[in-house]
Amino acid sequence: MTINFFDNDLNSLHDKLVNKEITVTELTQATLDNIEKTDDQLNAFITTNAQEAMKKASEIDEKGEFTHVLSGLPVALKDNLSTKGIPTTGASHILEGFKPVYDATVVDKLQNAGAISVGKANMDEFAMGGSTETSYYKQTTNAWDHTKVPGGSSGGSAAAVAGGLVPFALGSDTGGSIRQPAAFNGIVGLKPTYGRVSRWGLFAMASSLDQIGPFTRTVKDNALVLNTIAGFDAKDSTSSNRDVPDFTSKLSGDVKGLKIAVPKEYFGEGIDPKVAATVKAAIAQLEALGAIVDEVTLPHTKYGVAAYYIIMSSEASSNLQRYDGVRYGFRADNVKTLEDLYVKTRSEGFGDEVKRRIMLGTFSLSAGAYDAFFKKAAKIRTLLIEDFNKVFEDYDVIVGPTAPTVAYGLGEEIDDPTAMYLADVLTIPVNLAGLPGLSVNAGFVDGLPVGLQIIGKPFDEQTVYQTGFAYEQASRLFEKKPDIAKAY
Amino acid sequence: MGTGNFETTIGLEVHVEMQTNSKLLSPSPVHYGDEPNENTNVIDFGYPGVLPVANKGALEYGMRVALALNATVSPFIRWDRKNYFYPDNPKSYQTTQSQTPIGTNGHLDVTLTDGTIKRVRIKEMHVEEDAGKNTHGDDGYSYVDLNRQGTPLIEIVSEPDIASPDEAYAYLEQLRQAILFTGVSEAKMQEGQMRADVNISIRPYGSNEYGTKVEMKNINSFTYVRNALIFEEQRQAEVLRSGGVIQQETRRYNEPTKSTMLMRVKEGADDYRYFPEPDLAPVVIDQQWISEVAAELPKSASQRQKDYVDTLGIAPYDAEVLTQTLAMADFYDATVADGADAKRAANYLIGDVNAYMNKHQVELQETKLTPEHLSGMIKLIESGTISTKQAKQVFEAIMTGEEPEAFAKKNGLVQISDPTVLLGWITEVLDNNPQSIEDFKGGKDRATGYLIGQLMKMSKGQANPGVMNKLLLEELAKR
Repeated sequence: MTINFFDNDLNSLHDKLVNKEITVTELTQATLDNIEKTDDQLNAFITTNAQEAMKKASEIDEKGEFTHVLSGLPVALKDNLSTKGIPTTGASHILEGFKPVYDATVVDKLQNAGAISVGKANMDEFAMGGSTETSYYKQTTNAWDHTKVPGGSSGGSAAAVAGGLVPFALGSDTGGSIRQPAAFNGIVGLKPTYGRVSRWGLFAMASSLDQIGPFTRTVKDNALVLNTIAGFDAKDSTSSNRDVPDFTSKLSGDVKGLKIAVPKEYFGEGIDPKVAATVKAAIAQLEALGAIVDEVTLPHTKYGVAAYYIIMSSEASSNLQRYDGVRYGFRADNVKTLEDLYVKTRSEGFGDEVKRRIMLGTFSLSAGAYDAFFKKAAKIRTLLIEDFNKVFEDYDVIVGPTAPTVAYGLGEEIDDPTAMYLADVLTIPVNLAGLPGLSVNAGFVDGLPVGLQIIGKPFDEQTVYQTGFAYEQASRLFEKKPDIAKAY
Repeated sequence: MGTGNFETTIGLEVHVEMQTNSKLLSPSPVHYGDEPNENTNVIDFGYPGVLPVANKGALEYGMRVALALNATVSPFIRWDRKNYFYPDNPKSYQTTQSQTPIGTNGHLDVTLTDGTIKRVRIKEMHVEEDAGKNTHGDDGYSYVDLNRQGTPLIEIVSEPDIASPDEAYAYLEQLRQAILFTGVSEAKMQEGQMRADVNISIRPYGSNEYGTKVEMKNINSFTYVRNALIFEEQRQAEVLRSGGVIQQETRRYNEPTKSTMLMRVKEGADDYRYFPEPDLAPVVIDQQWISEVAAELPKSASQRQKDYVDTLGIAPYDAEVLTQTLAMADFYDATVADGADAKRAANYLIGDVNAYMNKHQVELQETKLTPEHLSGMIKLIESGTISTKQAKQVFEAIMTGEEPEAFAKKNGLVQISDPTVLLGWITEVLDNNPQSIEDFKGGKDRATGYLIGQLMKMSKGQANPGVMNKLLLEELAKR
């Protein structure tokens, strides 16, 4: 049998399992078949775990219990989420073949819900990149055009959902790594509030910025997955002990009186005019639905990229020091001294972008540069937070484009790091401020999807989803399918 | 102090392992002497994706040390990362407190050998994690044991107030005692629970600037510290006298030769790229929390010594012996609190109990003796229930965990002081020995000795000799 994730949301799949129209074994097999059939076009997965997935599927069928909406449903996990016994590489050579000995908290939670991991999705090496081109293993393509990048760093997770391989996936977002590939692939991606989802088991890039979040085809699906993975975790001191609400509770389609702020800086220089026009049209549609829309200013936006690249690279330079060839992962051959071991292992094990960021971060933290770089970046971060706080005194959400452009061609920007870094300008401030940010499809430019970004107050994912849902239901854009859908 | 025309300046950084149940940042147990890597988990190994959780108990232990050393406890703690590569350091950074030390501006009043008191200022104290241990095998491989990795340390940084190797020795000894009496560590030198990094420089008398300092790291014996400093101040003086220059360097102390050797010359400071640990939330320490910890802080050795001498009438030397370990002092306090005579309790602990510990090579807490049993025995002696001679047998018994009164009864080790019982025996003995009464009246003192012997025989040795003697004389007078 075949299964089509384009026409079935999570609730519909759940109903089919409950009503015994399909079995988990059939669903899992169909998913694995789909991956087999189309993944040579997308290259979304680094590892698939067919055997383990089929075993779990038959266990759930035997029990016949579908107590959770995700019970028996297939999921793709970004390859920086620790999965016990299943290779987890961070798309890096330095962790080639590395099998973790424990599961990430989000993996535990999905497993407890009965979701079945079918594979580990491709990504930029250690989540460093915006196109999934820095992966050591393979080049994932955009679900809408296989000559274009899928975005990144969670490009594999986004392409797998957009290409109909899985109904949902998890990614991680440090500076836009969920929202931007969601935008490039025309799907829904959320970076939750910092602290909403446990980071235990997420291979850290920048600890104060990283968050795990869901990719789905619809806003409601996204809220259902967040319901499952959110919450305090005693193993993550930075996770929040706030109560987790039902994130689907405000999905009425109603945005009458909702106060929406549109920062003028988000439509400034460097934003493709066609992207800007598409997003403005989407905002007009929200206004037509009864929302109150005003232009506001976030004056320190332009400093965000610089501050981000200092803070992120500083934390990353420290976090990635554990990859030293001593205890696990890749170790260089023919080393004679301890220093040799470190230098050769890390020189051969890391790719260029990772090395670039380690050097940048190491410099920013060095005694002579700390005050002028790391400390100053921390101050800018505070100013950015104050910018947001001010706007949120009067508004419920902030909206704008997710990315300045649509997906670009494979290989086009990879050799120009500065251009690549600037492309994160609209997503980075959200991470620096720890806010929730959602990307939903706002339409197409030259056949490629454009993302509408909705930013909320800390821990107010509900209103973010409410806004995204109203727009999605009004635009019905989620019904559009890429050509790859014809393969099923 | 000093050498010839030079004066010596010494600063010490002392690391003490704190004996919390679990590690600073992981739930692994803190325990010495187990199989390599037995007390580890994914956090200690620095696996990808793991996160630390700070041990509140370790922070409170740090607060205890800060309070005991008269320091100001910081109201706000942020953890910092100190970055460096080494195989015993699995994350390649150490979690420490460089910007917000748990305690600042403390001091320790050190009693020097001539009896004068010297105040050594303590600049700051940090709670931080210990590293693992590298060993180099005969097989060409190096091995890493991460059992120690993550053990909470308190690092105590003195100001350069110490002027001689002897002062350094006295400071270390008394610092160790102060820490022992916070209850956070037994500070066993042989297990590496207390280690010192030493900085020493010399300068001509009257000079305003310090000389170039030389560093020696991780010395785990106070005697070695003193020997290293003695060698080093002579060496530096010789270098300067011969027109040489002291280099900023790290040296290693070698005990067999009692000398120091160059390890490496420092070119500028090491750059550890300290920055705030983003995986741990900052901690606010309010006055109430400090008060709660202060309430749990055991009384210091010097305060106890004063109390023993002033209130309990114990000799100063004995008070010092009783406060050599927290366990002994606590034991003594509990024994006295249970109603034992203070002097007798002190004598037993200093004498018989110490002798027992030495003979069996055990710590006080490893014996089966309890304060209640010791005080029980002392009460039996005080009340005349047992004689001091009988007490020797009872002491042997309480050291094996026996309850003193029950033991004494079971073994007939009870003095009989009841006058009605004694009078019965006296009457019987006197009635049977009229000759002895005659002798007594005739002025023969020996006669009473004979009568007492008879009485002891009759009482199976249980008669209280004092009471019996008194009653016998009264009865003799009546006849």
